[in-house]
Amino acid sequence: MSEAFEPRIVGFLCNWCSYRAADLAGISRIKHAPNVRIIRVMCSGRVDPSFVLKALALGADGVMVAGCHPGECHYIEQNYKTIRRYGMLKHTLKAFGLEDDRVRLIWASAAEGQQLAEAIDRFVQDVRRLGPLNWPRFWNEDPARLAAVEKMAAEHAEAMEVPA
Amino acid sequence: MAERVGVYVCHCGSNIAGMVDCEAVARWAKENVSDVAVSRDYKFMCSSLGQAMIEEDIRKEGLTRVVVAACSPHLHEKTFRRACSNAGLNPYLMQMCNIREHVSWVAQERDPATEKAKSLISAAVARVKRQEPLEPMKVGVNPRTLVVGGGIAGLQATLELADAGYPVVLVERSPSIGGHMAQFDKTFPTLDCSACILTPKMSEAYQHENVTLYSYAELEEVSGSVGAFKVRIRKRARSVREDLCTGCGACIEKCPRKVVDNDFEVGLGYRKAIYMPFPQAVPKIPVIDRENCTWFQRGKCRVCEKMCQPGAIDYDQQDEIIELDVGNIILATGWKLFDCRKIPQYGYGRLANVFTNMEFERLCNAAGPTSGKIVLRDGKTEPRSVAIVHCVGSRDKNHNEHCSAVCCMAALKFGHLVLEKTGAEVYSFYIDMRTNQKMYEEFYCRLLEEGMHFIRGRVAEITDAARMPGEEGKLIIQCEDTLLGRQRRIPVDMVILMGALEPQADAKELGLKCGISCSMAGWYTERHPKLDPVATMTDGVFVAGACQGAKDIPAAVAQGAAAAARVMGMITKGTVEIEPVVASIDEEGCSGCRICNNMCPYNAIEYDAGRNVSRVITALCKGCGTCVAACPAGVITGSHFNNEQIGAEIEGILWDARAAAGRGAAAAV
Ligand SMILES: Cc1cc2nc3c(=O)[nH]c(=O)nc-3n(C[C@H](O)[C@H](O)[C@H](O)COP(=O)(O)OP(=O)(O)OC[C@H]3O[C@@H](n4cnc5c(N)ncnc54)[C@H](O)[C@@H]3O)c2cc1C
Ligand code: SF4
Ligand code: SF4
Ligand code: FES
Repeated sequence: MSEAFEPRIVGFLCNWCSYRAADLAGISRIKHAPNVRIIRVMCSGRVDPSFVLKALALGADGVMVAGCHPGECHYIEQNYKTIRRYGMLKHTLKAFGLEDDRVRLIWASAAEGQQLAEAIDRFVQDVRRLGPLNWPRFWNEDPARLAAVEKMAAEHAEAMEVPA
Repeated sequence: MAERVGVYVCHCGSNIAGMVDCEAVARWAKENVSDVAVSRDYKFMCSSLGQAMIEEDIRKEGLTRVVVAACSPHLHEKTFRRACSNAGLNPYLMQMCNIREHVSWVAQERDPATEKAKSLISAAVARVKRQEPLEPMKVGVNPRTLVVGGGIAGLQATLELADAGYPVVLVERSPSIGGHMAQFDKTFPTLDCSACILTPKMSEAYQHENVTLYSYAELEEVSGSVGAFKVRIRKRARSVREDLCTGCGACIEKCPRKVVDNDFEVGLGYRKAIYMPFPQAVPKIPVIDRENCTWFQRGKCRVCEKMCQPGAIDYDQQDEIIELDVGNIILATGWKLFDCRKIPQYGYGRLANVFTNMEFERLCNAAGPTSGKIVLRDGKTEPRSVAIVHCVGSRDKNHNEHCSAVCCMAALKFGHLVLEKTGAEVYSFYIDMRTNQKMYEEFYCRLLEEGMHFIRGRVAEITDAARMPGEEGKLIIQCEDTLLGRQRRIPVDMVILMGALEPQADAKELGLKCGISCSMAGWYTERHPKLDPVATMTDGVFVAGACQGAKDIPAAVAQGAAAAARVMGMITKGTVEIEPVVASIDEEGCSGCRICNNMCPYNAIEYDAGRNVSRVITALCKGCGTCVAACPAGVITGSHFNNEQIGAEIEGILWDARAAAGRGAAAAV
């Protein structure tokens, strides 16, 4: 067996589109990298950013979040919330000193088995290029980083807005 | 007390076992995953023996949780939940883990596949231990059903339900029901008259005491869920009062404004500005086409008003919005024709005597613009030779990959009609002849005997540029005859393009309203392509007819009846169980920040100003979990997908990473 680095990736897939796309990839026997381990959630909107951080902290080298295409969420518009959280998450990762490419948000309709398989392959390749994630190794007290955290919070104040 | 988990690894014949070492996985689970009391592998877990195995272990081994590692939960979750129930275990204490679709069917090597299966099982065990017993919520099924689309499939569904005594609301977009079948003269393979078999069904549906028909209407909005949908229908203004109109047609006769009929007559005939699409239209109530009406456009005329004795003309009529409660929805919105202009080398729209299949249907229809005479575009010359080109826009990577399923048969039907009515030579240019239903091959043989010519090959070009003697003034079909292995040029007077059946332009939009998805091409996706062809992934929404894929009338009718039968089953049962996956807020911990309030697209979260807390209205919550992920206090729980369960799943799925890091073995989970 070759010694190439095989990343461990956790994938959060929504029940309605992307999980079914993964099923369809199976039904159509579309071979793809075995690295993404799938957790089913009802909607990409259920993916609490802390799940992603938890996965990375517990040894995942990357995390994929997949949902229905914007405008096609089974719950009308929840994946737009996912988009906002994803942006926030990327900032958070950078603030932590991690490569933000370790998380990826993708869309796949229930008919897109092929597209999902390709997206998985691409992501696995990209994470393989980044190498293993060793979170503690990345962490140090860096003023620039702390500033990034502040900035992130400010930029996303709107997402946390309270209705009047 | 520690849980006792049973793990069952399915071979699925060789579907899983061919790529995953199921035996090793089962052994590994027993030895390495904590709280696994029983772990077995078996040929077919979903078989009755497999289910019995689980039931027996629950009883004898005292299992408190079950994990089935097999196919997708979308296929067999219900099966294994039922098995658990049978043995007295709450069905929500079972977790499936998808090692077929997500592992064995997509992996290329055995070792990584086996390792992936272990991860998924480890995750499922970790999760299932934290699952809680739940009771499905019971919802009463409103016996009224909404059928969208009044083609033959929708009519069949409507009549089946209405005859069984249940109320049906039929919504049809055009001014009359009937769909495409109303435009045909004869139907293959029996050649019975389309109108003769269709119109009785149309009037029966209209007159049925259990049917409410909204024609010239569209479905605007759907909310709620199975058993209790709320729908909003927009009934467009006809400018004619249905309660007063007697259908005499005096208005139509006297209307001075003639318009090319691009709908029913596909551009070959005329109608008036006030019109009924065809004489047998149901309902027999005209519509004013406001865009072409002289009164609406220029403020003069009102002739129809003067002609109408009962005074039914109402120029000020407004669209009407109708809101209804229904228990189930059947979509039967059919198909639309491929735009043959998209293949310019076939000359449609440029060469006068190139017709589409739907144009030809009208040409040979006794009630059509030529009273059934097959003539060229000049309206009088009978063709002496006709070419029929198959697969125009189907089986073509540039347009539609699918086979339209009916064109070969329709081409044979046309061949027969041309031979019968004109005695012209008829050439069919086909790729493969597909006549695979009852009596279809026999019909093909009949046409071979009747003298229709068959040339196998895709047509390259249709041109009026004569190159050889005998080609002047003709349309020349250039094609490679793949049986003879040479190029041929065949001059003819008339060409019929067998345009593809395509999904309706708004299929996706309508599907989204009802929460169902389409294939890449745009056909509605059924729950299972073989075993559940009319149900969809959204409970209470069914599909029938050509909106699910190109098909002929018998298949459309069969699906209409099947969808109706499924709905009747639900009505008879009276209640449906819906997944108890909903959010709830622990009011003790809620700070009243209201962040969750605008997360919910269903307005299922209300704010109690008095107590400064938010509350989920369970009946409105659909369980997406977005608010759960948003609550900064972490006090919203999404049942069956709570933080603890998903957290455990994450830990479990990464068991090997933790094992590698030496931070405690998998047993810790
Ligand atoms: C040239 C040709 C000839 C054919 N000849 C034959 C034949 O001889 N024998 C045979 O078995 N089959 C034949 N077919 C196939 C036949 O047309 C289909 O099987 C049949 O039309 C399918 O019926 P349907 O009810 O599913 O769809 P349709 O007939 O398309 O009816 C759908 C209905 O839904 C309505 N609708 C659409 N969208 C909406 C909406 N959003 N809201 C409300 N209403 C909506 C439409 O107005 C229409 O009334 C032929 C097809 C072609 C192209
Ligand atoms: S987000 Fe949480 S704390 Fe804020 S109102 Fe909603 S439930 Fe209460
Ligand atoms: S889970 Fe989704 S549907 Fe239910 S209350 Fe929360 S946001 Fe609304
Ligand atoms: S259900 Fe797929 S993203 Fe919301």
